[in-house]
Amino acid sequence: MADELFTVLSPDGMLADTDVDVDNLRSMYTDMVMARRLDTEAIALQRQGELGLWPSALGQEAAQVGAGRAAKAIDFIFPTYREHGVAWCKGVDPVSLLGLFRGTTLGGWDPSADNFALYTLVIGAQTLHAVGYAMGIVRDGDVGTGDQDRDRAVLVFLGDGALSEGETNEAFVWAAAQNLPIVFFCQNNQWAISAPYSVQSRVPVAQRAQGFGFRGVRVDGNDVVASHAVTREALEHARAGNGPTLIEAFTYRRNPHTTSDDDGRYREEAITEDWTTLDPIERLRKHLRATGTGEEFFAGVLAQEAELSERLRAGCRALPDPEPSSSFVHTYAEMSADLERQMNGHLEYVAAGKEDPA
Amino acid sequence: MSTAMAHALNEGLRSVMEEDNKVLLIGEDIGRLGGVFRVTDGLQKDFGDLRVVDSPLGEAGIVGSAIGLAMAGYRPVCEIQFDGFVFPAMNQIITQLAKYRHRSEGRVTLPVVIRIPVGGGIGAIEHHSESPEAYFAHTAGLRVVSPSSAQEAYDLIRMSVRSDDPVIFLEPKHSYWLKGDVDRSSSPAPIGTAKIVHSGDDLTLVAYGALVPTALKVAAAAAEDGRSVEVIDLRSLSPIDDATIFASVERTGRLVVAHEASQTAGLGAEIVARVQDEIFYSLEAPAIRVTGYDTPYPPSRLEGDWLPGLDRILDAVDRSFTY
Repeated sequence: MADELFTVLSPDGMLADTDVDVDNLRSMYTDMVMARRLDTEAIALQRQGELGLWPSALGQEAAQVGAGRAAKAIDFIFPTYREHGVAWCKGVDPVSLLGLFRGTTLGGWDPSADNFALYTLVIGAQTLHAVGYAMGIVRDGDVGTGDQDRDRAVLVFLGDGALSEGETNEAFVWAAAQNLPIVFFCQNNQWAISAPYSVQSRVPVAQRAQGFGFRGVRVDGNDVVASHAVTREALEHARAGNGPTLIEAFTYRRNPHTTSDDDGRYREEAITEDWTTLDPIERLRKHLRATGTGEEFFAGVLAQEAELSERLRAGCRALPDPEPSSSFVHTYAEMSADLERQMNGHLEYVAAGKEDPA
Repeated sequence: MSTAMAHALNEGLRSVMEEDNKVLLIGEDIGRLGGVFRVTDGLQKDFGDLRVVDSPLGEAGIVGSAIGLAMAGYRPVCEIQFDGFVFPAMNQIITQLAKYRHRSEGRVTLPVVIRIPVGGGIGAIEHHSESPEAYFAHTAGLRVVSPSSAQEAYDLIRMSVRSDDPVIFLEPKHSYWLKGDVDRSSSPAPIGTAKIVHSGDDLTLVAYGALVPTALKVAAAAAEDGRSVEVIDLRSLSPIDDATIFASVERTGRLVVAHEASQTAGLGAEIVARVQDEIFYSLEAPAIRVTGYDTPYPPSRLEGDWLPGLDRILDAVDRSFTY
């Protein structure tokens, strides 16, 4: 059934039968803690005026780390603007995630370096890019060969709000009709800024897939083990040439939409508190402690957190301001004479201002 | 042997597909049907359905998937069936395609061509006769070109597909079956340049697409009155080749710009503004625009008078000489 929620790690730390070994669980735990640390530090940097804005992913670490770790290096990922935990798992320099929100860049990293596209702010637009990239994989012949080093898939992230965008629905149509190697990973965090999920739909996210002609799966988005297992299976399914899957990771956005949002105007704090008791990191910590992981491990994670904090604080302040010429230089592969004239005029203007601050 | 513009486009596409197996075509009804204007006729048969893709009916999907294909190393050429149907794709064109290179600080190149049949004069129904070029020319990150002849169609489509910048390729549907000689071995003028297609000394007439043949008729008619009109085929609507226009107006002292699109904030306004900005004292008369009106495109029974044709452009030429 599409509306059943797949869970293996319960909120009190009980783990159902799974093939995940303890090293893997510890590694997932570390990634989630680091993703949260990144988020916490970024919020602090915003409060200090170092960032203009930050979209927090608090509470969504299990969905993001589970999915992010399921992707192979050769798979390609299209994020929204909140996939800090996925970026962390893919090896994107966490400092580079800050530039967009500091105003030093509109991107920040090379998508081809870690097969991780730029953040996309226009809701749902990236789902079609993912479709096109998956069409490219098909044309490269890198699907269904059975060669583990060759078969690839696309993992694209979206939120519950994006389900209402026409482009997302077009992406579902295209992916289904062409049976593309693509996994749509929807974090249903139940809030599109102030709009609860009931504004978008009367049925669970995963159920949507059926109408388009592919599989929909619901998973507990606060369960990193389940999120990982479901995504890994869906990616294998896609790489093997069996087509798309829509995963609904059911979770909750515990912070406001961004640091500029005031969620007190549209939702009850008690609901957020309820979800705090379902915290994804806490439940894995309970499990690890109960199954013999010692203080040494947790102390080690804490040390890594401190190191990341330091790196983010220093790195954020050290992000260079872009050159005044950068917009002009990067707009076209080949700059026109007209644009070059505009650039030169602008550079003279800027230089004159620097010579004479009055 | 003379070739129709639609066939020249077909040949141009075929040649770039033969040269580069990363080039692929994507659009509605472009495969078995060959496109509603038959521009892609026979290409799916010869290159297969992975390279000539009959897309689902969704323009955002056509452009959005082309962006993803380009990120995966392909050079997609999209076909939008008619001018009035490009608007569902505008989000992908403006917020994604045009900006991705800039956002990525030059790291991501999106060599996507979007072919759109444009313009009126064919007795079509609503949304099938529009001239949306100003929306694209206003958008940084896009190149906009429009061929005026079979030769230009062949040359410009080949250069557009090879361009590393996104190109909006506006095909004047009124001219699809206009025939002309095509030299396949010529070295065409670069993609961002205008071309003088008829030399003259007394007045500069700038046009593009379907109005270039009309402009040549204007020049012939004016010659009968002893007036020597120079006709510039803009070719590139973004960037605009100022140098060619300025050099001409500096010689002639008079300027008329003609386009089918509505007047306000159109290409004509931009060209006239640039001329008065840079070479004001070369002008012997006000620069004049002859354009479609600031109304939606009319029912086709009215289009003959609504569109700027030979008579309206000649009137503007006459008016210029009253100064």
